[in-house]
Amino acid sequence: MIIISNLCKRFGPKEVLRGINLKIYDGESLVILGPSGCGKSVLLKHIIGLLKPDEGQVLIDGEDITKFDQKRLDALRMRMGMLFQSAALFDSLTVEENIAFGLRKHTNLSDLAIHHIVSEKLEMVGLPGANHLMPSELSGGMRKRVGLARAIAMEPEIILYDEPTTGLDPIMTCAIDELHLSLKERLGVTSIVVTHDLNSAYRIGDRLALHYGGRIVAIGTKDEIINSPDPLVQQFIRGEAKGPMTLL
Amino acid sequence: MILLDLIRDFVLLFGSLAILFLQSIYWTIHGLRTGRLGWKNLMDQMSRIGVDSFPMVAITGFSTGAVLVVQIGYQFAQLGAQRYVGGVVSMAMARELAPILTGIVVAGRIGSSIAAELGTMKITEQIDALETMATNPVDELVVPRFWGCTIMLVVLTIFTNVIGMIGGSIVAVNQIGLTMTTFVDSILQNLKIQDLMGGLFKAMVFGALIGVIGCYKGFTTEGGAEGVGKSTTGAVVLAIMFILAVNYFLTVGINNFNTAYLS
Repeated sequence: MIIISNLCKRFGPKEVLRGINLKIYDGESLVILGPSGCGKSVLLKHIIGLLKPDEGQVLIDGEDITKFDQKRLDALRMRMGMLFQSAALFDSLTVEENIAFGLRKHTNLSDLAIHHIVSEKLEMVGLPGANHLMPSELSGGMRKRVGLARAIAMEPEIILYDEPTTGLDPIMTCAIDELHLSLKERLGVTSIVVTHDLNSAYRIGDRLALHYGGRIVAIGTKDEIINSPDPLVQQFIRGEAKGPMTLL
Repeated sequence: MILLDLIRDFVLLFGSLAILFLQSIYWTIHGLRTGRLGWKNLMDQMSRIGVDSFPMVAITGFSTGAVLVVQIGYQFAQLGAQRYVGGVVSMAMARELAPILTGIVVAGRIGSSIAAELGTMKITEQIDALETMATNPVDELVVPRFWGCTIMLVVLTIFTNVIGMIGGSIVAVNQIGLTMTTFVDSILQNLKIQDLMGGLFKAMVFGALIGVIGCYKGFTTEGGAEGVGKSTTGAVVLAIMFILAVNYFLTVGINNFNTAYLS
């Protein structure tokens, strides 16, 4: 279980996280919704230890990872995968080398075994045979899918998705959502997904949380969120420009 | 206050470069001990640095050797000291000009490209991605570039020396009227091994500086394309400033060492 407790982060004068409290249960898919620039990606980066909070804790299986040294953090990261907003593929490596990166670094698998894993993951994300392409030859959607294949290559227990379906067409969005659900079913993966895509959020989220103003202002199941009387929630899910939620 | 800010900025910069240097050494030793040093990555960097820089280094070396002989040759000829031309030119090249000019060329060509490459990786979250895959960015990115620059600057400086001598000899024979034998004899009689080694030691230090500064500027890139541009320019300017400043201290140190132990 992941417990985030009173997490605060400030960048210069800007207070991005103002006491986030959140529990994510094992095997659960939690979707974090919220307007652009509200700090959702910053929250994800705290969960994987890329950022240190000014205050607060991130407890994973009861241990506060904000106090971890590099060695323990690396050991934890071997159990996690992250899909970045921009996919963050290594430009100088082929698709296969990108996906195989963690496997080559941290396992003693043979080249053939790694090649099989890479091909399997590429097939899962709908890109069979793309092994030898360079990231510069891929469209935005393809890059994201390769990023996802890389995130799941080591079969992690926890996957963090930073806007996994942004830039994808509706059919591919649905395919990625189905992949997400199958990973959850097959491997019992715990997922934290940051997205703006409400349809996708409703499909994959066991619970949905609304992040606004540096805090989690609402959390609940799909039905609880849809039926929430909170004007912030209603404005966000209806996509209205006017309301209590101001544009950042 | 401005002076204090400048001093503080310099101390911070110097400290950050020193930390990155020490981290590079640590990860090199760690890689050697665990057998996980990225040899392929290092070879790729060395090949890239050498191949990319060689044409400019060759032109610089040839031109410098030729110009030196033109400048020195006529003066020495008037004094009847032609037989010293080769020796003086080779000593000037080996001790100072080859390492400094190669350092400046590589700082412009490679230091900038390292800063641009790592800066782009930083702003596109590739460095974050490395960390999420339990990979230390210094180990993966800095170590091969640091050693690539350090080793290849020595190799390129050897080429600059040789090509400079070739350029000098062509001018000496065709314009000054020396024979090739006189020119080569002069080099052999006057150029000492410590002149060459001192110059190559300087080249090694300059290479390390270019690698560390390029990587530091890349890692500290902020913003978008503008930030990458600033880092790239900053890496070249900073590397050249450091090379020129450090050269003085190296020259004094090498001279003192030669006087104390090799005279």
